[in-house]
Parts: sequence; structure tokens; C-alpha cells
Amino acid sequence: MSQDNAAKINLSGVRKTFAGGKKVVLDHVDLEIGKGESVVIIGGSGTGKSVTIKCMLGLLKPDSGSITIDGKDVNNMFASEREDINQQVGMLFQAAALFDSLPIWENVAFGLIARNQCSRHDARDIAVEKLKLVGLSPDVLDLSPSELSSGMQKRVGLARAIASNPEIIFFDEPTTGLDPIMADVINNLIVHVNQTIGATAVTITHDMKSARKIGDRIAMLYDGRIIWAGPTDAIDHSDNEYVDQFIHGRTEGPIKMVARR
Amino acid sequence: MINPLRPIGSAFLSFLETTGRLVMFTVDGLSHCVRPPFYGRQLLRQIIEIGFLTLPVVGLTAIFAGMVLALQSYTGFARFSAEGAIASVVALSITRELGPVLAGLMIAGRIGAAMAAEIGTMRVTEQVDALTTLSTNPMKYLVAPRLIAGTLMLPFVVFIADVIGIFGGYLVAVYKLGFNPSNYLQNTWEILTTLDIVSGLVKASAFGFITTLMGCYHGYHSGGGAQGVGKATTNAVVSASILILCVNYILTLFFFTKDVAG
Repeated sequence: MSQDNAAKINLSGVRKTFAGGKKVVLDHVDLEIGKGESVVIIGGSGTGKSVTIKCMLGLLKPDSGSITIDGKDVNNMFASEREDINQQVGMLFQAAALFDSLPIWENVAFGLIARNQCSRHDARDIAVEKLKLVGLSPDVLDLSPSELSSGMQKRVGLARAIASNPEIIFFDEPTTGLDPIMADVINNLIVHVNQTIGATAVTITHDMKSARKIGDRIAMLYDGRIIWAGPTDAIDHSDNEYVDQFIHGRTEGPIKMVARR
Repeated sequence: MINPLRPIGSAFLSFLETTGRLVMFTVDGLSHCVRPPFYGRQLLRQIIEIGFLTLPVVGLTAIFAGMVLALQSYTGFARFSAEGAIASVVALSITRELGPVLAGLMIAGRIGAAMAAEIGTMRVTEQVDALTTLSTNPMKYLVAPRLIAGTLMLPFVVFIADVIGIFGGYLVAVYKLGFNPSNYLQNTWEILTTLDIVSGLVKASAFGFITTLMGCYHGYHSGGGAQGVGKATTNAVVSASILILCVNYILTLFFFTKDVAG
């Protein structure tokens, strides 16, 4: 994938707490993501991966620190400015998050219709094109999301994420809940669409097979901090006992699973 | 030892927090009602949902309310040989009170619950977040059309309910109690003033706003999972019903003052 030196997204000292500051989820997270780069954030459940991506998307506001996209501080923007930034962003949610009340084609073309970027007729044509890109035929256009399998819903979610040819795409656990073959299909699709539209991609996952396939670079989040970041090829030689334990799925090591009483 | 004032203080702070959040939600929702872009299809969908699909249930409620009112009024007024006042009692009760209140309560159960469940489910399945990522403000897309439709369409629904309710009273008075049809209709027509109709429709508009606001507010702030959505739905119906009854008294007092002054 193409890369250049300019940072597309930059997280600097991002801190996010809940329960009135008692529960620290992100504790000074620093991460730089280059233009056209595909970065995968890995980490166990509850380590703050989803919170990180939600902060980048503007769904959550960090307590402190800064998040910039194309050099603009997105935390301290008016809502209308943030909406403009989001026009260059696509997001694939963990459970696809398709709108139940709309047919598949309107789900895919939702952003285009909502922003009046094209007529409904043209939006439908774009939906056909994007669905084809993710391997779905026009037969599904008028179906409702509940009529599709979870794998197909994920594909529709991917088609929606790329419908407006975004410059940045976020993937939230793209392969969770899918069988190994469908997971590989989704991984291949993600790599394919990233190459096709040349977008910057940020993925959060705990599926190492997926991380290795999708990412140019991997960052590991643990205890609210990025404890390791480097090229995907280097993760097997990270010299970090936390990373080693995680990628090999070992119960022995510094990461302890705390049982709740 | 636990300070006995602590739970009282905690409950008071919680009440203030909820009130503040509701006021901010209301102001935000209203501001999106008047600022473009407007989602015409969403508004049309809500207008059909509130103004058309609720007509059967509200109509049934109104016709039986009118019929019962005629029978009960007869039971009371016959003791004073004042049976002739039945048409007036039915017309005034339906237009000023029972039409808007019963329609408001029925719509709180039907529409308020449906809105809380729909928006709550969208919240817990990340569809609300998806709207934000698609550069669409959820308040503008989900809340504003519902507030507008509820406020505008409930008066229309209540007007139909008024007609059906009075017709219910007419049916019982004429076919069960043996009243003269033309006399009954003439009495109804002569007793009703513009203020009677308008006061009922103003109440309806207020109840429509309250019902949709409560449905949207509780759905939007729904907790996680099926239990959270269920709780939001219950809270929407209960809070809308209580607020409808409170606001009904305030508006009745306001129009009562107008009546006395007039």
C-alpha cells in the first residue's frame, strides 16, 4: 500500500476516563498514522481499543490530549466542522450497524443521499457498484438487513463504508463472529478496497490472522497505553513479553486475566 | 454510620442531573427542528405513523368514551330531570378533556413506546453512532422529525377523535335513550364555542410534543442490551403519561381562567 511521510491521523497524549475519572481507559495514548497506511490496533478485551477508535471518530471526547486529522484538531471543532471531516471517513462497525428501516441499497448510499451528493437514482447505481466491489449481486438491493446473513451484513457494511470513496476507513473487529472462511473473505475484501481506493485504514481487532493480513503496521494497546508499535513483519521479533504472550495466545505471561468476584 | 441525609442528597442531585439533561435534549431537539437540512422522508414517515396509523386505536377509544359518557350522564341527570343536558355534557367533555387526554394517553402507549424501542435499539446496535459517522446528526435525523410530527399531527388526530366521540354519544342518546336526532345535534352545535375546540387542540399539540419528546429522550439515552431498551420503553410511557396529566391540569387551569374572564 502506498504511504508517504505526512501524518493523516495523529493521537498525542490522549486520555479518556469513565465513572467520574475513576476508571482510566486510555492513559496518554500516542499514535501516528501515515497517509495511505493501514494500521491495526491489537489488544485484549477491555483494553480501550473501541474507545480509541470512538475518540478518533468523534463519538467520544477525550479528557485531555489531542487528535488531529490532516493537521486539524478534531476534538475542539464545532459539530458542523466535524460533520465535514466525517465526510471523508468510512466506518465498518463490529455488527455492521445497518439501518433496519431501510433497504440494502439505501443503507449503502445513505451518506450520499443524506449529504445530497447525488440523486436517489444515481445513489442506487453507486450502491450497485459498491456492492459488486464487495462481492454482492444486485439481487440484495431491495432486501432488508434482517434478510441477510451476518457475513453478508458485514459486506454491506463495508460497501457503505466505502460508498463515498473516503480517505480514511475505520474497521471495528471486522472478523469477529464470522467463520474462518468468511473471516478470510472479509480480510481479503478489506485489503482489496484499501488498495482500490487508496484510503488510510485503522483497524481494531484481537484476531492476529486478520491483523497480519490487513496491517502495514501493528500497534498493541495494553493498560490504556500503546506498549509496542512497528511493522507487521516485526511483530514476531518484538522483544516485548506482553506482545509475545498476546500474539501466541498464551495464558502464562505478564498479562493476567482478572477474574471478577 | 451512614449519614441519613446522604441518600436524600444523592436523589436530589440525580433529579437535577436528569432535569438538566432533559432540558438540554429538548433545546437541542427544538433547535434542529428549525435548522436545515430537513429530512422530508423521515418527517413524512412519522406523520403517517402518528397521524394515520394511530387513527383506529384513537377512534375506538373515542367512540366508546362518547357512548359511556352519554349513558353515565343520563344516569346522573335523570335524577334532576336534566336529561336535555346530555348532548352538551358529551360535546364539552369530549372536546375539552376526554378527546385530547385519552388520545394523548393512547398515543403515549403506542407511539411513545415504539419510538423509545426503535431509537433505543438503534442506540445499542450502534446505528446511532453509524449516523454520526455518515455526517448525519442523529438529533436532526431521528429526533426533530418525530417532535415536529407529534406536535403537528396530534391536533389532527384529536379533531377526528372529537367527531367520533360525539358521534358515539349521539348513537347511544338516539338509539338507546330515545333522544330526537336533530335536537341532539342542534344542542351539540349550539353549546360548542371556538375556545372549546381550540383548547382541546392546543392540549393535543402539547401532548404530542410531550409523548414524542419522552419517546426520543428515553430511547436516545437507553442503556445496553434488551433490558436497557425495555426499561427505556417503560420509562417513556410512564413519564409521558404522568406529564400529560400534569400539563393537562395546567392547561385546563389556563383555559378555565380565560373562560371566567370571558
